[in-house]
Amino acid sequence: KIESLKVTVDFLKLPLGLKKPPLKEALAAVPGPGRSKPFGLERHKARRSDTMDNESQYSGYSYKSGHSRSSRKHRDRRDRHRSKSRDGSRGDKSVTIQAPGEPLLDNESTRGDERDDNWGETTTVVTGTSEHSISHDDITRITKDMEDSAHLDCSRHLGVMLAGALALLAFLTPVAFMLLPQLLWRDELEPCGTPCEGLFISVAFKLLILLLGSWALFFRRPKAFFPRVFVFRALLMVLVFLLVVSYWLFYGVRILDSRDRNYQGVVQYAVSLVDALLFVHYLAVVLLELRQLQPQFTLKAVRSADGASRFYNVGHLSIQRAAVWILENYYHDFPVYNPALLNLPKSVLSKKMSGFKVYSLGEENSTNNSTGQSRAVIAAAARRRDNSHNEFYYEEAEHERRVRKRRARLVVAVEEAFTHIKRLQEEDQKNPREIMDPREAAQAIFASMARAMQKYLRTTKQQPYHTMESILQHLEFCITHDMTPKVRGGCTRYLTAGPTIQYHKDRWLAKQWTLVSEEPVTNGLKDGVVFVLKRQDFSLVVSTKKIPFFKLSEEFVDPKSHKFVMRLQSETSV
Amino acid sequence: QYSAVVSFSPFQQRIEIHKLRQGDNLILGFSIGGGIDQDPSQNPFSEDKTDKGIYVTRVTEGGPAEVAGLQIGDKIMQVNGWDMTMVTHDQARKRLTKRNEEVVRLLVTRQSLQKAVQQSMMS
Repeated sequence: KIESLKVTVDFLKLPLGLKKPPLKEALAAVPGPGRSKPFGLERHKARRSDTMDNESQYSGYSYKSGHSRSSRKHRDRRDRHRSKSRDGSRGDKSVTIQAPGEPLLDNESTRGDERDDNWGETTTVVTGTSEHSISHDDITRITKDMEDSAHLDCSRHLGVMLAGALALLAFLTPVAFMLLPQLLWRDELEPCGTPCEGLFISVAFKLLILLLGSWALFFRRPKAFFPRVFVFRALLMVLVFLLVVSYWLFYGVRILDSRDRNYQGVVQYAVSLVDALLFVHYLAVVLLELRQLQPQFTLKAVRSADGASRFYNVGHLSIQRAAVWILENYYHDFPVYNPALLNLPKSVLSKKMSGFKVYSLGEENSTNNSTGQSRAVIAAAARRRDNSHNEFYYEEAEHERRVRKRRARLVVAVEEAFTHIKRLQEEDQKNPREIMDPREAAQAIFASMARAMQKYLRTTKQQPYHTMESILQHLEFCITHDMTPKVRGGCTRYLTAGPTIQYHKDRWLAKQWTLVSEEPVTNGLKDGVVFVLKRQDFSLVVSTKKIPFFKLSEEFVDPKSHKFVMRLQSETSV
Repeated sequence: QYSAVVSFSPFQQRIEIHKLRQGDNLILGFSIGGGIDQDPSQNPFSEDKTDKGIYVTRVTEGGPAEVAGLQIGDKIMQVNGWDMTMVTHDQARKRLTKRNEEVVRLLVTRQSLQKAVQQSMMS
C-alpha cells in the first residue's frame, strides 16, 4: 500500500471528494489495518484520475557534518553557473524551491524562529505508483526530474565535502601554527614560559567557543532548498578562505623559511588568527541572523484561488529567503485550500452558456469580424436581463442554513457522546474489563456521533481532509487531555477549517513550490516587489510594501495640567 | 425729588429678524447664552444672577440681527410666540433655527430700556 512507504510528493493535486457513498459502506470499508482513507469516500478510483498523481523525486541526503559556513562557497559557485546557463534567456526567472521531505520535517517545520538557509535534501524512496494510473507525461516528468536532481546531488555532495574540508582547515590551522615549530626546530626555540602557557589556554578556549558557535549557527538541519546562491554565505566563505590563505602565506614566508626563534611570537600569531576567525563568526551572526530581525517590509500574501490573505512583517531579506519565510507561515496561517468550496453551484452557471448568435453576411475581413463579433456578444449578454444572481443568493442562503443546522446537530451529538465517558478516579472501584484506554474510549464514543459528523463534513465539503483514522486519533487526543467538545472548547477542530499544517502530513503538505519573480531572486526586498509562489492549482501572490518611516515627536504633559471646569455656560451662534 | 419708580415688569421691545441664507443654512447673526441647564452666575449681562433666561451674548456686525435692532445683552423672552424664559440652551437654539421659518419675531427686554423708562418717568 502506498501509505506505508515514505514518499516525497512533488505535485499533489487535491482531490475533489464530491461523491457521496452510503454511510454503511464507508464504515465497513474503514477498519483496514492502518489504511487512511478519506472519510466518506469509497474508493480512490472513484475520484477523477487527474487529481491524484503521486510523483516522487530522488534527492540527496543531508547529513549533519558538512554544514559549516564554508560549505556554501563551492556549492554556490557551481550552482550559480548552472542556473545562469539555464535561465539566462528568460526575463521572468522561474525557479523551484524544494523543501525537504517528511522525516526531517517533523522537527523542523514547526520551529519558525530558525531562519537557517542551509541547502538541504532528504532521502526519499522512489515509490511505485499507487492504485492510480499514471499518464505518459507524468512518466516523462518524473524521469526529467530525476535527472535534474541527480546532477544537483552530486554537486551538493562535493560541495559539502569541500566545505567540510575548508572548515577543518580553518580550525586546525592555529594548532598547526603552534605545533610546527615545535616539531621542526625544537632545539633552537627560545624557551617561553608563562606568557606562552597563557596563550595556549586562551587558544584552546577560543577554539572551543568557535566550535560551539559554529555548531549553533551552521550545523542546523536545512529547511529549504534554495534555487540560487545565498549571497552572504558566499561572501563569508570567500572571506574565510582568504583569511586562512593569507595567514598561511605569511607563516610560510616569515616563520617557516626563516626559522624564527621567537616562539612566543609564533604563538601570538596563531592567537591572532583565532581572534580573526572569531570575528568572522561574529560577522556571520550579524549578517545571517541579526540583520533580518528588524522589520522593514510588510509582505502581503494572497492566495489566488480564494483570496485568503495575510500580512507579515519581515526585515531585510532576499526574495528567495522571503519566499521561504512566507511558506513557513503559510502552512499554519492559511486555511486549507479546499477547491470544492470555490465553485458556484452548477445551476447558477448553466444559464450563461446560452449564447447570442451572430451571423456575418457578406465578405468581411476575418480579424475585424472576430473582434467585432465577440464584442457584440459581450454587449448583448450584458444587456440581457440575467437572474442568475438571484439563484446564487438563494442558493447561498439555503446552504448557510443547512450548514448551521447540521452543525447544531453535530455539536449536540458530540456533547452527548462525551457525557458517556468520564475519567477514572483512583478511588473508584471498577473491574478491569470496564477500564478502557483512550483509544478504546474514542472508539466507543465515536459510533454515536459518526453520522452527524459525516453529514456535517459532507455539507461543508471537508470530508476529504478527515479520514476516520484521523478523527479517531483526534478524539483520542481530546479525551486524553480532557478537552471539552463544547462549541468554544478545545475539541472543535472540525467546526472550522483550520490551517493546512494541522491535517495529515502525507496528503496535504506538498513541498514543491515554484518561485516566479521578475527580479533575480537573490536581490533584496524592495518596496513594490511582487513575486508569486506557484503550486499546481493555486498560487500565492506576495507583494512588498516598505514600512513607513515614523516621525515620532515628543510632547510633555505635566500631570498637574489636567484641569477641568464644568461646561455650563455655553454660547451658541444662530 | 425722586419718585422711585421701580418697575418689575421691564419694558419690552419687539424685534423682527429676517434670516439670511448662507449656503444651506439660515443665519440670524447673533449668539445666545443661558438656559435652565446652564450656570446663571456666569452670565455677564443679567442683573439678577439667578436669572436663567436666554441672553444675547454677541451680535454680528451687519448681520440680520443688528439690522433689526437687536443689541448685545438683550434677554429674549419669546420667539414667534414660544416662551424662552424657561427653556434649556438647546431648546432655545432649536426654536431660533427652525428651517422652515424665514422670519423670527422676538420679544426682548434690556436693562438700558429699563433705565430709559426710569429716567423718563423721573423727569
